[in-house]
Amino acid sequence: MEDIAEKGLQVVVGLAVFAAIIGLIMLVVDRAPKSGREKIQIAGFLAPALVLLAVGLVFPALQTSYLSLTNRNGEFVGLENFVWMFTQPEALVTLRNTLVWVVLVPLLASSIGLAYAVFIDRARGEKALKALVFMPMAISFVGAGVIWRFVYAYKGPEQDQIGLLNQILVWAGQEPKQFLLDAPENTLFLIAVMIWIQTGFAMVVLSAAIKGIPTEIVEAARLDGASAWQQFRNVTIPTIRGSLIVVVTTITIGTLKVFDIVRTMTAGQYETSVVANEMYTQAFRAGEPGRGAALALVLFLMVLPVVLYNARLLRKQKEIR
Amino acid sequence: MSTVPLENRKDLLPEVEDDATEGRSPMQKRVKQRLTSRGATAAAVVIAVIWTIPTFGLFISSFRPEANIKGNGWWNVLTDREFTLENYADVLSPGGSQSPNLLSYFVNSLAIVIPGTVFTLVLGAMAAYMFAWGRFRGKDGLFIFVFALQIVPLQMALIPLLQLFTQVLRFGDFQLLPSGTYAQLWVAHTIFGLPLAIFLLHNFIAEIPREVIEAARVDGAGHSTIFWRIIVPLATPALASFGIFQFLWLWNDLLVALVFSGGGADVAPITQRLAELQGSRGGEWQRLTAGAFVSIIVPLAVFFGLQRYFVRGLLAGGLKG
Repeated sequence: MEDIAEKGLQVVVGLAVFAAIIGLIMLVVDRAPKSGREKIQIAGFLAPALVLLAVGLVFPALQTSYLSLTNRNGEFVGLENFVWMFTQPEALVTLRNTLVWVVLVPLLASSIGLAYAVFIDRARGEKALKALVFMPMAISFVGAGVIWRFVYAYKGPEQDQIGLLNQILVWAGQEPKQFLLDAPENTLFLIAVMIWIQTGFAMVVLSAAIKGIPTEIVEAARLDGASAWQQFRNVTIPTIRGSLIVVVTTITIGTLKVFDIVRTMTAGQYETSVVANEMYTQAFRAGEPGRGAALALVLFLMVLPVVLYNARLLRKQKEIR
Repeated sequence: MSTVPLENRKDLLPEVEDDATEGRSPMQKRVKQRLTSRGATAAAVVIAVIWTIPTFGLFISSFRPEANIKGNGWWNVLTDREFTLENYADVLSPGGSQSPNLLSYFVNSLAIVIPGTVFTLVLGAMAAYMFAWGRFRGKDGLFIFVFALQIVPLQMALIPLLQLFTQVLRFGDFQLLPSGTYAQLWVAHTIFGLPLAIFLLHNFIAEIPREVIEAARVDGAGHSTIFWRIIVPLATPALASFGIFQFLWLWNDLLVALVFSGGGADVAPITQRLAELQGSRGGEWQRLTAGAFVSIIVPLAVFFGLQRYFVRGLLAGGLKG
């Protein structure tokens, strides 16, 4: 209990310091001299966030870029880390896995989410059905890792299985399988966890988009005698295209950065590592910050086109407005 | 079709099956539509079941005695109905370094997440307000830049940020953000949350009617008055939505915790402890199952209690335009 009180005190102090800083900013901003008050006010509101971003994100990103050109002793080695990444088998496996992740997860999560959203649209109990698929979104990747490791749990063929999937194999007359150990298909079983989590996101966003389709259009298609599939192909998909793009890009970015699932389920062993996990391993476990930084940079380069595409859409919207 | 009067339109809207009962379509089509819709329902149910079973199995297991969990699958509860709260008592109790001691880590999670969310919300809203209503040169460019900062993966900032906290912000024995406290985690989480916070809150705050703000300006209100008296109250739904989001995100985080917490029972969050337990005691399912549920109980409560805001938050991010 003492322990909890001490922790509570830390939180209270932290919040108080923060409130004091904000209060001070407001005070300065309000008392600013008339000339140039507008500028000071704008600066006062923007500065805290911008300073934090500069110090905590922009500057570190630049530093990481430099770090990627150094070795474990901090000496400049040029592109050696990148050469390592694209030639060493274990690093290549990491890149390959990341590619598999980034192709499969957005594709499957969006398709299943879309199909589910269409299937349950205006069905009875829609809300409850949605909540069931959406729920994994709230669960941490670590928690999901435990949940799925339990599904994949393995016992020898002579024992009772405790993992559901192996039990199903046994019921089907197959030998139980070490789902997480046997490369290369073990990566697919990790990917399944990510799909399990992301489908709910896709489903909720797309379902809202589907409900936003003007009734006139749907009606027109139906009066023209369009079948369910034709309606889906020619009306639903084109109308929700914007949301679909957002969903796919969001999931893509999330997938590129995926770390927790791999970390907790296999720690990247058995040829399951991905870039984000390998980066952590190299930088914080293997004492190779240069390699870690190089991997982080590659991650950045992979995310870049996706975000640029989104930013362009955003700019277009702003112009329209 | 815009000539169809409103009242009629409503009748045409609900349920795909209506087509079949309307009698307008030929027999063949009727049968086909029925089939697809029945097939769709079946598919939806299958997806819902697959998505729910893993969590359900873990939940049941967490109440089974150790011997049973390890001895046979959770689906056997139908025949051997033995339940216990022992597992929960075990993982929560603080006894010794061997025990999972999850209560302590649970408190840490709260102590990290609450200030982390508050800081991000306040700073994000302040900046978002200026980006929406301030008048200064280069506003749009700066805003796009902040938005684009979402490209920078967390991973790129970790190594330099850790150095910054431990080496640069250190003056002799005085550390501005001391290791072994929550402070580093609060600041790191705030930094990483800001780009998205600014972007989402900006979208909402920019929609507030111009007249409201102009009226206040005419009355001589400065930016701080407008912000606290008008913007914050009006933006409450958006703040709530993003706040829930940020809360869940921080609660479920593992990577930032691994880098900045040091890993002890005095700072590390529950996800980190759970990940540790998976690594070191992967076979102790009685602890993992109960532990996983302790860790996901808060997100699940937030999710089911505040689902409406949660979904709205998602949509605000995903559906603009």
